[in-house]
Amino acid sequence: MTQYDIVVIGGGPAGLAAAVEAREQGAKSILVIERDRELGGILQQCIHNGFGLRVFNEELTGPEYAERFIDELEAMAIEYLLDTMVLEITQDRQIIISNSEKGIQIINAKSIVLAMGCRERTRGALAIPGYRPAGVFNAGTAQRYINVEGYMVGKRVVILGSGDIGLIMARRMTLEGAQVLAVAEIMPFSGGLTRNIVQCLDDYNIPLMLSHTITAIKGKDRVEGVVIQKVDQKMQPIPGTEIEYKCDTILLSVGLIPENELSRKAGIAIDPVTNGPVVNSNMETTIPGIFACGNVVHVHDLVDFVTEESRHAGNAAAKYVMDESRSNHKGTVIRTKAEEGVGYIVPQQIDMDSIDGKVALFMRVRNVYHNASLSVKLGGVEIKRVKHRHLAPGEMVRVDIDKQLIKETQAEMTVSVVLEEGRV
Amino acid sequence: MYDIAIIGAGVIGSAVARELSRYALKIVILERGNDVAVGTTKANSAIVHAGYDAPATSLKGKMNVKGNAMYDEVCQALDVPFKRVGSLVVAQHDEELETLESLLENGKLLGVPGLEILSGDAVAAREPNLNQSIKAALYAPTAGIVEPWELAIAYCENAMDNGVSLKLNFEVKGIDRKAGCFEIHSKDETVTASTVINAAGVYADAVYNMVADSHFTIKPRRGQYYLLDKEANGLVNHVIFPCPSKLGKGILVAPTIDGNVLIGPDSQDLTPFDKEATNTTGDRLQYIRETAAAICEVVPYKLNITTFAGLRAEPSTGDFIIEESMEVKNFINVAGIKSPGLSSAPAIAERVASIYLDINPNTAENPAFNPIRRPRVKFADMTIEAKQEMIEKDPRYGRIICRCEMISEGEIIDAIHRNAGGRTLNGIKRRVRPGAGRCQGGFCGPRVMEILTRELSLKMTDIKQEGLDSYILTGKTKRGDEDDAI
Ligand SMILES: Cc1cc2nc3c(=O)[nH]c(=O)nc-3n(C[C@H](O)[C@H](O)[C@H](O)COP(=O)(O)OP(=O)(O)OC[C@H]3O[C@@H](n4cnc5c(N)ncnc54)[C@H](O)[C@@H]3O)c2cc1C
Ligand SMILES: Cc1cc2nc3c(=O)[nH]c(=O)nc-3n(C[C@H](O)[C@H](O)[C@H](O)COP(=O)(O)OP(=O)(O)OC[C@H]3O[C@@H](n4cnc5c(N)ncnc54)[C@H](O)[C@@H]3O)c2cc1C
Repeated sequence: MTQYDIVVIGGGPAGLAAAVEAREQGAKSILVIERDRELGGILQQCIHNGFGLRVFNEELTGPEYAERFIDELEAMAIEYLLDTMVLEITQDRQIIISNSEKGIQIINAKSIVLAMGCRERTRGALAIPGYRPAGVFNAGTAQRYINVEGYMVGKRVVILGSGDIGLIMARRMTLEGAQVLAVAEIMPFSGGLTRNIVQCLDDYNIPLMLSHTITAIKGKDRVEGVVIQKVDQKMQPIPGTEIEYKCDTILLSVGLIPENELSRKAGIAIDPVTNGPVVNSNMETTIPGIFACGNVVHVHDLVDFVTEESRHAGNAAAKYVMDESRSNHKGTVIRTKAEEGVGYIVPQQIDMDSIDGKVALFMRVRNVYHNASLSVKLGGVEIKRVKHRHLAPGEMVRVDIDKQLIKETQAEMTVSVVLEEGRV
Repeated sequence: MYDIAIIGAGVIGSAVARELSRYALKIVILERGNDVAVGTTKANSAIVHAGYDAPATSLKGKMNVKGNAMYDEVCQALDVPFKRVGSLVVAQHDEELETLESLLENGKLLGVPGLEILSGDAVAAREPNLNQSIKAALYAPTAGIVEPWELAIAYCENAMDNGVSLKLNFEVKGIDRKAGCFEIHSKDETVTASTVINAAGVYADAVYNMVADSHFTIKPRRGQYYLLDKEANGLVNHVIFPCPSKLGKGILVAPTIDGNVLIGPDSQDLTPFDKEATNTTGDRLQYIRETAAAICEVVPYKLNITTFAGLRAEPSTGDFIIEESMEVKNFINVAGIKSPGLSSAPAIAERVASIYLDINPNTAENPAFNPIRRPRVKFADMTIEAKQEMIEKDPRYGRIICRCEMISEGEIIDAIHRNAGGRTLNGIKRRVRPGAGRCQGGFCGPRVMEILTRELSLKMTDIKQEGLDSYILTGKTKRGDEDDAI
């Protein structure tokens, strides 16, 4: 049986940053395990620009961003395994892996960092009556076919859902010569970043149809068309608003969902809202010594945030390895709670002993707000208020709280949206 | 020249082929689809009915009870998962209690074992999620669930292991009667055979019309379904039927062998021209929900993963037609095999073989016949030691392709190269389930395509999702100037 100080599961930006940071903090034996044939995670198929503005102060493509961390990993001689699947992790931090070279192996780790990322939501997205023709793709799968495999998935495209990947793919397909006819979004607002709506749709005259959804698919073997309908406030299609498009392809961009089968099996508590592990301010899960970061914890829209969060997790894992008494749930614990207008908060709890200086809260709001504030309260008393000109579910918000603002109490910390000049 | 040509590779054609492969005969199966089991066999309730409901004098009644009894042995030999979960026909009011009694009597006449009427309380204890209003139920312990396409694929594979040939993409367009044989034509090929067995499902009347003036017609009667995610597993423990009516067995709620839940089917007569109409429709799905609510109000439709529809081959005669044609010697019809056709398949196969042997009494046995199908490797279910051993023998079992269902490359390659192997994305999915899990193929789809192209020397753009026109990729991207274009 092999033994490591830290085993990182997943070689995407989260896993890479955690591993590099842990080494910088002095952790000796580190192993990164990746099931794909290369490191970099989902970034390897994101060949567009727009990564790294926060972390590197420059605009990089996904693979370029990943490369910076892969280079560091190599320079630090951190071990990694490719084409290797983690099948199971146990409460006592055994990791069972499988690859074709060495078959099944069991690895022991003092600490584990979960960085498995997320997958695209599909279920129920298109439970539309009709046939089951080919030509319906998840936007991320289409991205992989086009950017990694080098194949086009269709010529006339309608996109359902306005998540970032769908928006990026609208532009990508257009540049490849396909015609993107429309993006239909059932909500009255887009789930994507404003910058992507401007740069990927507006610049190419692709209509974004808010409060619209696909209600019928034509074609038996391959998609031949779709019917798009406007929906009312209860999201029910409004009769008489049908528009038919002739197309051969439908891309679904209806959200991402953290990939936590391994975590669940190990008995780690999962937050039903984020679908990721419940973590403390050290990114430590409910099992001591098992940390988590990146999209496996909650879906990020910017990889830069993933990197920051993962460095934090790598740092904590390294410290844990050197001193196991640093584990969570020791000193005073303050729970965080999303209130009015806020969907969720990560971390779900703050361990006072573990924070130095300040704690970063990541959250998403439930609706689109203009000129609103986020109000942070401890035991019902406001300790911080941050003004925002624009808040939207598609854009993750970060609020830093100084340690000295947090009195050591058993009270909850809540965050809510406060409307300043009325909601728009 | 073949001794026998079987038209149609559904569960019936495949079961017949495997049964006849016990004899020293040259047999070919002709199937118009690009895979086996792509007709009605892939879209039905997947229930091996106990067999109490068809009239005691009918052929379908007899075939059902006999077929049901044969299932354990067949599924064991062919390595097909099958579970006798039992079924309940539930009664809500006094009139229906009488129906239960008459079903019980009819079942006894047919020799269905173990039938019993349970009280409302006993039903509630077995099925806590059913409505409180249920007064009693007819319990049939021998009812089971199976994966119909896997059974058909297994039958076909084992038939081929025993020497039968399979021609896919062979749509029979015409049949000429010649002295002592038939010439069977597709658009670009001709096959000759001494005997024809017509197992063409909803098209059995059209195929028979190629040699005779049909004395029967087959109407498509569509049934639609909801399929719920495995998260709904445990909603019901038995197959739950309402009391039957003239239209059939009614809308049932049933577990599937994979742990999903099925709700349906309705029953809708289509015109004879609608034999391709396997689409679902909003109004019928709504009707299914409303009707199913009478037996179970708590069905979690938010866990719905897909809806689908199948076509029953409804014969004008009202019963299975399994006989040598009276007009055309050596032409055997196996037609009108509606429900309970799946349940009856093993018995139907035996009956067809005995018809053939009556016509050809001097048929010799096939000394090499082996009823056992090589078991599929199910990597996810193996112990660590067994996995290790498997990977040492063949390292491709170490590479996991489908992360949701933990399916290895080795299993996919095996599914391609077995007899009656898979050639399409859905074909692979039906055999080993990659893409049937939570991500619905989002991650493994491209990998499975890559494996298909490599193993079958195809181009990526050749790979189909299902039918012949269900292409997935349209061509190469504009390579080269990618980086500055984005
Ligand atoms: C399709 C898609 C497109 C995106 N586009 C953009 C964009 O344009 N701009 C932007 O800023 N952000 C984008 N994002 C978000 C950003 O890329 C992610 O936030 C970031 O990649 C998350 O990093 P991660 O390391 O948490 O996850 P990932 O990058 O998904 O990495 C997780 C890694 O873990 C591996 N893994 C998972 N399970 C196992 C296991 N059991 N065993 C071994 N390895 C395993 C996976 O193979 C993967 O490599 C996109 C995300 C997706 C899904
Ligand atoms: C809604 C519904 C629910 C059902 N539920 C149950 C159940 O729970 N239990 C049960 O026992 N039974 C059930 N059945 C019945 C069962 O599904 C069928 O009896 C069985 O699948 C019939 O198999 P088959 O091989 O005769 O037909 P098919 O599977 O349709 O096979 C016929 C094959 O012939 C091929 N073919 C047609 N024309 C040609 C041609 N010209 N040339 C070459 N090939 C051709 C087709 O492509 C097809 O593959 C149900 C049926 C339906 C529709």
